Amino acid sequence: MFQYYLDLAWRSLRRNKVLTALMVLAIALGIGASITTLTVLHVLSGDPLPGRSAEIYYPQIDPQDLRGMSPSKEPPSQLTLIDGMNLLRAARADRQALMKGGEVPIQPEQSTLDPFYVNARYTTADFFPMFGTPFLFGHAWNSADDEAKARQVVISSDLNQKLFGGANSVGRTLRISGTAFQIVGVLDHWQPNPHFYDLNTGSYAYSEQVFLPLQTMIDLHLSQDGSNDCWGNGGGGTDTVLPADTCVWLQFWVQLKTPAEAAAYKQFLVHYSEEQRTLGRFQRPPNVRLRNLMQWLDYNGVVPDDVRLQTWLAFGFLVVCLVNTVGLMLAKFMRRAAELGVRRALGASRRALLVQLLIEAGVVGLVGGFGGALLALGGLWLVRQRSSDYAVLAHLDPSMLLMTFLLALGATLLAGLLPAWRACQIAPALQLKSN
Amino acid sequence: MDILPILSTLRRHKLTAGLLIMEIALTCAIVCNAVFLIGQRLHRMDMPSGVVEHQLLQIQVADVVKPVNPYARVQEDMALLRQVPGVQSVAFSNQVPFGGSSSNAGVLLDPNQPQRTLNGTTYFGENLVSTMGVRLVAGRDLRPDDFVDVDVALKGLQTGDSKSLPHVTLITRTMAERLWPGQNPLGHMLYLTPIVGLRVVGVMDSLVRPNAYDASTAQYTMVIPLRMSADKGMSYVIRTRAQDRAPVLAAAVAALKKADPQRIITTQRTFDDVRDHFFRDDRAMAGILVGVVSALLVVTALGIVGLASFWVAQRRRTIGVRRALGATRGNILHYFQTENFLLATIGIVLGMVLAYGINLFLMQHYELPRLPAIYFPVGAVALWLIGQVAVLGPALRAAAVPPVVATRSV
Repeated sequence: MFQYYLDLAWRSLRRNKVLTALMVLAIALGIGASITTLTVLHVLSGDPLPGRSAEIYYPQIDPQDLRGMSPSKEPPSQLTLIDGMNLLRAARADRQALMKGGEVPIQPEQSTLDPFYVNARYTTADFFPMFGTPFLFGHAWNSADDEAKARQVVISSDLNQKLFGGANSVGRTLRISGTAFQIVGVLDHWQPNPHFYDLNTGSYAYSEQVFLPLQTMIDLHLSQDGSNDCWGNGGGGTDTVLPADTCVWLQFWVQLKTPAEAAAYKQFLVHYSEEQRTLGRFQRPPNVRLRNLMQWLDYNGVVPDDVRLQTWLAFGFLVVCLVNTVGLMLAKFMRRAAELGVRRALGASRRALLVQLLIEAGVVGLVGGFGGALLALGGLWLVRQRSSDYAVLAHLDPSMLLMTFLLALGATLLAGLLPAWRACQIAPALQLKSN
Repeated sequence: MDILPILSTLRRHKLTAGLLIMEIALTCAIVCNAVFLIGQRLHRMDMPSGVVEHQLLQIQVADVVKPVNPYARVQEDMALLRQVPGVQSVAFSNQVPFGGSSSNAGVLLDPNQPQRTLNGTTYFGENLVSTMGVRLVAGRDLRPDDFVDVDVALKGLQTGDSKSLPHVTLITRTMAERLWPGQNPLGHMLYLTPIVGLRVVGVMDSLVRPNAYDASTAQYTMVIPLRMSADKGMSYVIRTRAQDRAPVLAAAVAALKKADPQRIITTQRTFDDVRDHFFRDDRAMAGILVGVVSALLVVTALGIVGLASFWVAQRRRTIGVRRALGATRGNILHYFQTENFLLATIGIVLGMVLAYGINLFLMQHYELPRLPAIYFPVGAVALWLIGQVAVLGPALRAAAVPPVVATRSV
C-alpha cells in the first residue's frame, strides 16, 4: 500500500509542476536557512572537552579593595599572581594549573627560515593531564620543573611539522626570544573550541604553538597577551615590568572529580579569602565562585549574540515558509476533491486518504530536505568566507545532516496535516454528483 | 468597487484566507524588525572616528631580540619613517581607533570617591593628535615637556611617587560634557587612581575608542603624555596623502626592514582596512539580514501567486457567469486586486502588532532600542506593493476568462 501511495504521490506531484516546485522551493529555503544557522550555533556552543568538562572548574575570588564594592557584584574573572601561586601550591584540588597567554618569537636553526612569532601558553605542569592533551612524542614537564623555572617547552604538531618535518624532536633545542629551550614533548593536534581556558584570546579557532612553564616566563620577562585589570595604584605591566600585585591577569583551572570535592573546594576558597582578609591583603568579605567549564562558557556568553539572533531569524523564516506550504498544499489537495471522492466512494476510509495525502506531503518534505541540505552546504560555505574567528569551524557534520532531513520531513508532515485532514472531510456523494 | 461580495466570498474560504493573512503578518513582522536591524548595523558602521582615516597607515613591528634601548629605537624609527617620500607625519601609539585592543582606565573626579565616574580609554604616545588629524576645539596639544617614559611612570605608580607621573591630559568634548556638564573643562582635574591626577589642557572634537562596541561610551577618550618603548603591541601611525597610501606603506615597511632585517612586521594596513576589519561582523550580519528579507519577500510573493492561481482556477465558472452577466474585464481584475488588498491589510495590521512584540523580545534579550514608528508605514507599503505585484498575473488570467465558460459544464 505504501508503495502504491508513493506512486500516487509521485504522479500527483508531477501533474502540477509549478505548485510542487513552489512547495519544494519554500521548504528548501526555510530548511536551508535554519540548518545553516543551527550548524553554526551547534559548533559554537559545543563542549570543548567532551566527557571531562563536568570535572573542570574555574575558581574566582575577590582580592579588590573596597572601592566600588557592591554585594551582588561578581568577583574578577582572573587572579593576581600572589593568589594564583598560593592556590596552586595549596594543591587542594585533584589537579590545578595557573596560566597566561602570550606571543613569542621563534628563531629557527635553519637559516632558510626567517624568525617568526607564535602564540604561546605559559602554564604549570597539571595543564596537560588535567585537559587530557594528546602527546605525539615525549611528555609534559613536572611541578619540579615549574619551580626550577626550567627552560623546557612542549610544542604543537604544526610547529613540529614546520621546524622538524614532523620527526620526533624531543630532546632538541628551540630558541625562543633569544633563550635556548629543550623540547620535552610534542602535542598531537589539539584545538578545543571554544578556547575555554583563556577567552581573552578570542573564543574560537585559536591555538598555541608553544607551551612553557609560567615561572620561566616570569623569569625571562616574555611578553604577555590578554586582559589585565588593576585597581588602587596598580599598573599593568610592560615587557620589563610584571603587572602589580593589585592586578588580576592569570587564569586558574582545577579538576575536582566529585560534587563533594567541588563543595569542599568552594569552602576552601572562602577560608582562603577569610585568611587573606585577616592578613590584611583582602578587604572585601569572601566573594567566591566555582563554575564548571560549561557554566563558565555560559557566564561569559561565548556564543556571539549575532549567531543567536540569526538562528531566531532563520526559524521565523522557516515558519513563514511552512505557512506558505500549508496554503499551497491546501490548494493542491482541495483541487483533487473529485479524485478523492472517487476513492472514498470505492470504499477507501478517511484514514487511508489521510495516509495517502501525508505520504504525498512527506515526499515534498524529503525533496525539500534534499534541496535544503544543498542550500545549507552553500550557506555554510558563505559563512566560511567571512572573516569572523569562528567562520572556519562552520561545517555540516553527519548528525546535522540527519537533522536536516528529519526537520524537513517533520515540518512538512506538520504542514500537510491540516490540508490533508480538510481534504478528507469531503462527502463522496457530493463530489461525484457535481461532476 | 463593492467590498461586501468579496467579504462574503472570503468568509466561505476562511482557511485559505486565514493562511494568506498569517503569512503576510509573519513576513511583515520579521521584515520590519530585520530592516530595523539592518539600519542599526549600517548606522554603527558609520560611527565617526575623529581622525583623517583616508590619510592614515598603521604599522606594527615585533623585535625578535629586544633592543638595548627601546626608547631610542622608537626615535630612530620615527626619524627613519619621516624621511620616506610622501610621509607627512609619524606618531607612535599604544592603540589606534577601531584597532580592537584597548587600554582603559576608571576616571574619578575626586581622588577619594568610592565609585568610578566613568570608564575611558587612554591613548599614549607622541605626535598622536597632529598625525591622526584630531581636531582640538579648546586648549592646547600635548607638548614634548609633558611627556614621561612609561617605565618611569609605572615605577612611580608602584612606589607612590607622583612626581614621575604625567600631569596633564586631553579629553574629548563628549567626555568633558559628561564629567562637567555645561562648564569649561580646561583646568579641571580628573584622577585615574588616587595619586594619578591629570589636568585637562585640551579638548578634542572627537576621537573614538579602539573597541567602540557601545555608541554611548565610544567617545570617552583621553590622550595622556606617556612615551612608549618599542614593543610589538605598539603602532607607528603614518599620515600621507590619500592617493599615496599604497606606495608609502610599502616604502615605510621596506625602510623599517632595512634598518633591522631581524625584526618582523606584524601589521601593515591602511585605516580603511582597520575600520573594515573592526566592523566585519556587522557587515556580515547586515548582509545576512538583507538576504533573509529578500528571500522572505520572494517566498511570500510566490505563496500569494500560488494561492491566487488556485482561487482563480476554482472560480472560473463564477467568473464566467459574472462576465456573462455584464461584468467587464476591468471589474474582474479589480475584484482580485481588491481582495488581495483586503487580505494584505488585515495581515499588515496583525503583522504590526507582532512586529512590536518581536521588538520587545529583542529589546529584552539583545539590548536593541525600540522600533521607530517610521518602520510601520514603510513595511505596510512594501507588503501592499508585493501583494499587488504577485496577484497581478493570476488576476489578469482571471480577467481573460471568456463569458462562454458560464455555459459549459466543466
